[in-house]
Order: sequence, then structure tokens, then C-alpha cells
Amino acid sequence: MLWTKKDLLGLEYLTQSEIELILDTAESFKEVSTREIKKVPALRGKTAVNLFYEPSTRTRVSFEVAAKRLSADVINIATETSSVRKGETLIDTGKNIQALKADIIIIRHNCSGAANMLARALDISVVNAGDGWHEHPTQALLDIFTLREKLGKIKGLNVAIVGDIAHSRVARSNIWGLIKLGANVTLCAPEMLLPVGIELTGAKTSSNIDEVLKKADAVNVLRMQFERDTGAAFPEQLDYFKKFGITEERLSKAKKDIVVMHPGPINRGIEMSSAVADGANSVILEQVTNGIAVRMAVLFLVSQARDGKK
Amino acid sequence: MSILIKGGRVVDPANKIDAILDVLIEGNKISKVAKNIKARAEIIIDASNKIVAPGIIDMHTHLRQPGREDKETVASATAAAAKGGITTVLAMPNTQPAMDCVESIELLQGIINKSALVNVLICGTITKERKGQELSNIAALKKTGVVAISDDGCSVDNDELMFEAFKKAKQAGLLTISHSEDKKLSAKGVINLGFNSTRLGLRGISNESEYTRISRDIALAEKSKATVHIAHVSCRESVEIIAKAKKKGIKVTCETAPHYFALTDEALLGYDTNMKMNPPLRSKEDLAAIRQGLIDGTIDAIASDHAPHTENEKDIEFERAEFGVVGLETELSVSITELLDQKILNWPGLIEKLSLNPAKILGLDKGTLAEGAFADIIIISDQERWVVDKQNLVSKSKNSAFLGRSLKGLVDYTICNGNIVYKQGSSGQCLI
Amino acid sequence: MREKAKILDQEGINRAVTRIAHEIIEKNKGASGLCIVGIRNRGVYIAQRIAEIIKKIEGAEVLTGALDITLYRDDLALASGQPLVRKTEIDFDINDKNLVLVDDVLYTGRTIRAALDALIDFGRPKSIQLAVLVDRGHRELPIRADFVGKNIPTSNKESVEVHLQESDTIDEVLIAEKE
Repeated sequence: MLWTKKDLLGLEYLTQSEIELILDTAESFKEVSTREIKKVPALRGKTAVNLFYEPSTRTRVSFEVAAKRLSADVINIATETSSVRKGETLIDTGKNIQALKADIIIIRHNCSGAANMLARALDISVVNAGDGWHEHPTQALLDIFTLREKLGKIKGLNVAIVGDIAHSRVARSNIWGLIKLGANVTLCAPEMLLPVGIELTGAKTSSNIDEVLKKADAVNVLRMQFERDTGAAFPEQLDYFKKFGITEERLSKAKKDIVVMHPGPINRGIEMSSAVADGANSVILEQVTNGIAVRMAVLFLVSQARDGKK
Repeated sequence: MSILIKGGRVVDPANKIDAILDVLIEGNKISKVAKNIKARAEIIIDASNKIVAPGIIDMHTHLRQPGREDKETVASATAAAAKGGITTVLAMPNTQPAMDCVESIELLQGIINKSALVNVLICGTITKERKGQELSNIAALKKTGVVAISDDGCSVDNDELMFEAFKKAKQAGLLTISHSEDKKLSAKGVINLGFNSTRLGLRGISNESEYTRISRDIALAEKSKATVHIAHVSCRESVEIIAKAKKKGIKVTCETAPHYFALTDEALLGYDTNMKMNPPLRSKEDLAAIRQGLIDGTIDAIASDHAPHTENEKDIEFERAEFGVVGLETELSVSITELLDQKILNWPGLIEKLSLNPAKILGLDKGTLAEGAFADIIIISDQERWVVDKQNLVSKSKNSAFLGRSLKGLVDYTICNGNIVYKQGSSGQCLI
Repeated sequence: MREKAKILDQEGINRAVTRIAHEIIEKNKGASGLCIVGIRNRGVYIAQRIAEIIKKIEGAEVLTGALDITLYRDDLALASGQPLVRKTEIDFDINDKNLVLVDDVLYTGRTIRAALDALIDFGRPKSIQLAVLVDRGHRELPIRADFVGKNIPTSNKESVEVHLQESDTIDEVLIAEKE
């Protein structure tokens, strides 16, 4: 299997075997972080630029650690201090970074499609670190990687994704990835937070969390972004916790080994109780560790793309 | 000046003509349409194997002048129109300043007199500055010669104000053109609401935001006995509502734009901002309904909704890019490719939608090749193919939804008021 | 690829591996403080075979590991091919060990250079020795093997193919002509 894409824009655009190649490669990379010298020279002499238009600490740091463990040089551009403030367009910023002879741009942007647009305009690799409500492919890949590591497979698993599906790029990427790998995906949310036509992805929908949890092998709990202006109706916080919050009591009726995931940062007492977040079923911190390996694999593969545009 | 067009297939639905005939133009009028005209003419055009038809009347064009001459001017838009076989355009009033008073209209009329290559008619606003707060002086607008009123780009949200507008328009004998959009329902949307907006993570614009406003405007027009024309119909429910209203005898007409019968929201999957317009490209079902509406006559006219924007306004994040596409140069070819070739319409049917019906709706003495009519005539090589390329667009702006597409049908000559204003091969430049 | 000659058959391979095992014991004066790391893929299987034989002779378990050198290759940026990154599994401390690095074929020496870099990232062995089943010459770096199963003079136009039961269902070493 040859990796041919110079960019990673979303899981919708990948085949099952491409996703599996990333996961398999990540498995090999995971070992690097367990060494005393946590570094390999694979991307020595390459430059990765973190171009973040949205505040994000965990994703940016995870990419930075991943790139550094591959020996790449990493430059962080915070848009508050760059010429973006002076009105430079995204494509101009990208072309300037390309002119600096950087090799990879890792972009986080609040507009859906920003990574696609940049990838089209540039010859260098573009990795989507989250664009609007569209996709957050590396988050989904690390979720799926963690799930595969915990349960040994993805095919046939019943995976529930709970929360604000409509405004979640994490949900979209997870749905595409899980369905391509053969999981049964159920989206559980208040009606108003399920986007139009989402069942055409192959995912089922439900608004009864207890029913969904009974069958689930894993549950991925999304962050509720009450602070975000969605322009749409939004449930009240306490009411949401009552109806959809993951509590010990709810988990006691689920499968004993159910895997509980969360992309972080957690709103304790809104999406899930503290006891669940810190409990035996939670793999939240393993997700963070696995994020490094998955991002190393992605950076390695896009920079090795063959027969693609590059 | 006299021009004799020989041996073309003359398509003139106004006079139920579809035959190989000659057309003689003397001065600015058509003087004779007959077989084998034996007459002297300064210019003789061999039109064998070509279509000869009345010039297209595009009832929905944004000229951008005055105010946004960086996007388009009267000169550049009318050159583009001439290249596209359009001999008359109706200029939408959302300029800066808006066409809401006599002074602004006189300003634009002055520019038209100086620089227009084809006929330009002006549409006035319904409300001052198109703000939906206070009616324009509709009677005064009528006196300046506007042929219709519209707040295009916006709908008048206030029901009572819109009812007043219809009554005033009725008194003045003016057509009201409705940009039917309830912005409370389409709020912040950038593409059609559906699976594709979900996939792309973009806010959706529902069909409802269009058709509920169409229903309201039809109801108000009925109540006020005014005439209403619905602009850029894009979805299935709108077609159904208009069909029902027509059956009831309400004075309503409507138009659609080429992109609504040629493209669906699938075209947006790459976040191409040249596919971003308002109303948005809709679903396959909507496209089928639009085509059906063209066949059964519910949809009277095809109009370009030519909306030029600079690359700076398009080559940015999708959500931030401007709505709208240019269309003057592709309207005819897209119609031939998508409607004629697919047997949705035949030639007379197509000319009806592009020329005759717009003339009727706007009350113009045009859209016909009758002897004595204004000599607005186009000659088309209907089998010739061309590829839409930024380089060959005459419009100042290049935001076409059909870039890279191979289209059928090329205009050979555009004759406006007896003058050849475009000849193929002259890259759209004025010959005269 | 056209097959030219079979250089070693199953018995030949067995004899070569057994001899290497004996030489390792002799040089290191027994098996204590010894570990054997194979380079993926086939070096790993040869390393395991050597460890088995040493265990039989010395009666002691020998630590074995697997090393993937993809990330250390000096031709990663070249256009040819795209290597699959596989797991490195060295589950023991290599500090102060006598480490025997095992590969199937020694050719330019670049793989061994990469492997040495990788090993140094894991710690500081007392010594690193190199064992190969076949040495075909054409070194591009100053590297030599301590233990060689068989020296095979080859031309650059030829390729040496090692097949092992574990990965190829047959034990043999072939010379083939590149076409």
C-alpha cells in the first residue's frame, strides 16, 4: 500500500486501507515515545509550521511534540501576532510559508474548508488540525487508534457518539472513519444538535442515551461548546446533563468493559461526571498519548507521499 | 445601415416562425423577414446552418456601476452581454448609491448613454437604500423610466410595508420583482441545507427560507391586484407554489437562472467559492423540479443573475466569500447544453424563455422578429463547442460557476438596434 | 528478475547459522551479557535461530529484539519506493550488553549505519558486533561484519535473495539478475 496524498484534509477523503495504513504506522511510532531518547531522524531537515487561527493548546502541542520526535523543526504561528492581523489572506499567508521552504503546514481554522483551500493553492503538504465544523481527522484517528488498541478491532463494534454532532468536526471525522472501518455508529443527541441528512453517512441516530449505552462497546463523548455562537437553538446545560450526561449510574447499565472517550477538554458535570472521567472505563489520557503516535504517522506519511501531486 | 442575414434558421416564437428565411435590417428596425430576399444591403451575413433569433433579454443583471467599478462597469457588462447574445439587460438597483431616487437613476442613465453597448433598462428599489424601512418614491421612479422595482439582494421583511409597495406599484403601473428570502430562516447560511451542508460543515439555507417568502409575496400581490415577478427560483416548493398561484389566475411570473437547472450542491464538495450564490445550488430533486417548471411553463424566463465579484472577494475562506456568479457570457450556451441537448426545451421554447417572455413580463416592444420591430438579433452556431476559461471572459470579474466546462453554442453575431455589437473572433470587443 | 543460481539450500543455511552461533559464543566467552537484535524483516528470524542454537549449547536464554531502521534510512527523501514503518521491539536494556546485530545480507553498509544510529538511541552497549548470513561485497561505508555465513562475490547488476521458512515458506539463498 502506497501513500499518495500530500495532504490530510479529512477522513471522508480517505479509503479504508489508507486509514489502516495510518493506524498501522502509528502503532510503530508509538514505541518511539517509550524510549529514553524519544526521537528518530525521519524528518530531519524538514520544517513543519503550526498555523493556528483558533486558540488551541492541546492539538498544537501534540503536533509540535510529534514533529519534534521525528526531528522536524517546528515553527508556531499564532495569528494574533502575525500579519494575518494586518489583513493578509489565508492563501497569501500559505504562499509566504511555502516561500520560506517549509515542508508541512498544520492548520487550525474556524472556517470549514480552510485546509482544503490551502492544500489546493500550495504544493507543500497541508495537514488539517480542525476546520470549522468540517473535520478534525487526527483527533478521529487517535480516537479510532485508541479504540482499536483497547478492543482489538473496529469492524462490528457498536460505537456511540454523544453530544453536539451538528457543530462538531470531531464527530464528522469519527463518523467517516468508523464507518469506513466497519463499525456500527450511533449518534446520540438532542434533535436540534443532529445535522440534516447525517444518517446518509450510514450512522444511526437516537435521542435515548440509556438505550444507546446498553449496546455500545464504546462511547465517544463530545465537548459541549456552550460558549460557541452557533446561531441555532441550544439546550440548557443542566437539562443536557440530566438527559445526556454520562454518569456512573448510566454506565452501570452498560457493558462492563465499555470504553469511554472524550476529545477534551472536558466540561466535568456537563458531558460526563468526574467519576466517569477518572474512572476505570475512561481512556481519556491514553487518547492524549496516542495522539502523538498518530500525528507522527500522519506527518511522516504526507511527507513521504509518492505519485501524488508532490 | 442595412444588413441582410441570409439562409439562417429563423426562430421567432412571437410570430410562430421556425423556418429557413432571410432577415433584412434597415436602420434600427427589421424591415423584412422572408424567403430569398432580393435586396441590396451594406452587409450580407451568410447564416446557413445557424440559428437566427431575437436577442436575449436578461432581466436580472448586476452592473455594479455606480460604486463598484472594480467588479464591473456598464461598459464591461454590456460587452459581456453582447458576447453572450444578450441585447437587453435589466440592471438591478443594488448599486452604491442604490437606485432609489431620481438623482441616482439619472446618474446611471448618463453612464448608460455614454458607455452601454446594448440596451440597458433600470430597475428601481422598493425601499430607500434597500433597507426595508421606508418606501422609495415609486411614482417618481416610474417617471424616470424604470421598468420595475425590486430590493434585490434583500426582501422587504415588513408585511405591511410590502403590501403598501405592491399598491403603489400597481398605481404606477410598475412590475414588482421579488427577491424571495426570509433572512430569519436563511440566517448566516452559505449553501443549500442538506446532507452536503452537513458533510462540508457549513451553515445551510433551507428551501423554506425561499418558498415561504414567495407565498407571502404572491398573497400580497393577489390582495393588491399588483403584478409580481419572482426572481431566481431555485427549489421545488417554489415551483409548486407559483404553479398553483398561476392556476388561480394570480398575476405572477418567475425566472430561474442557468445554474439552477445545470448544477446541484454536489458542485460545492470542493468548497469552490465560484459555486457560492444566493439562493444556493440546490439538490437533485430541486433541479428536476426547475427543469419540469421550464417544460410546463410555470417558469417563464431564464435570467443570468450576473453577479460579478473580484478574485479578492472569492479567493478566500468559503464562509467569507461573496455570494454570486457571473453569467452573461454563459447563459445561452448553458441553456443550449443543458436544456436543448437534453430535450427539455426546443429552440422556440428556449427563445421564449430567453427573449419573448422577458419582453412580455417587462412590457417591452422586443423579443420578436416581426417586421417593424427593433433589430435586436443574434446569430448562433448552435453545434459549436467552447471551453469556459478565465482568459476568454470579457466581464471584469471571472467568478463563473462554469469555468473549465465545455459548453455548446457560440454566438456569431449580436445585432442591437441594427448595429453589429459583437462578432465572433473579435474576443468580445465592440466592432463599431 | 531472473534466477541465476541457488547459493545456499536449507542445509547450507542451517550450517552457516550454527557456525555463526558457535563463533559468537567463542568470541564473547559464553552467553552471559549477550543480546541479539535482528534487523527487520529477515534479520529478525536469523537472530531468533541463532539465539535458539546458543540456548541449546549454553543452556541459557538469550535476549532477542527486533529493529526497524526505516526512520533512520538515509534514502527516505529519495523518490524510489515508500517504506512501511514497522515496529521496533527491544524490550530490554541494552546498556553494557554485548549486542550482536543480525541481518540477512550485507551490501552497501547503509542499513547497518542506520541500525547503529538507531541502537545508540536505545542506550550504550558494551560492544556491537555484526552477524550476516551473506556478505555480497560492494561496501559504500567503512563497515565490516564480525560473523559471516557465506561470502558471495556478486556484480551490482545482480541481486541476492534470501528466503526463510518464517516469511517465505522455504529456506534458500538465490542470486538473480536484475532486468
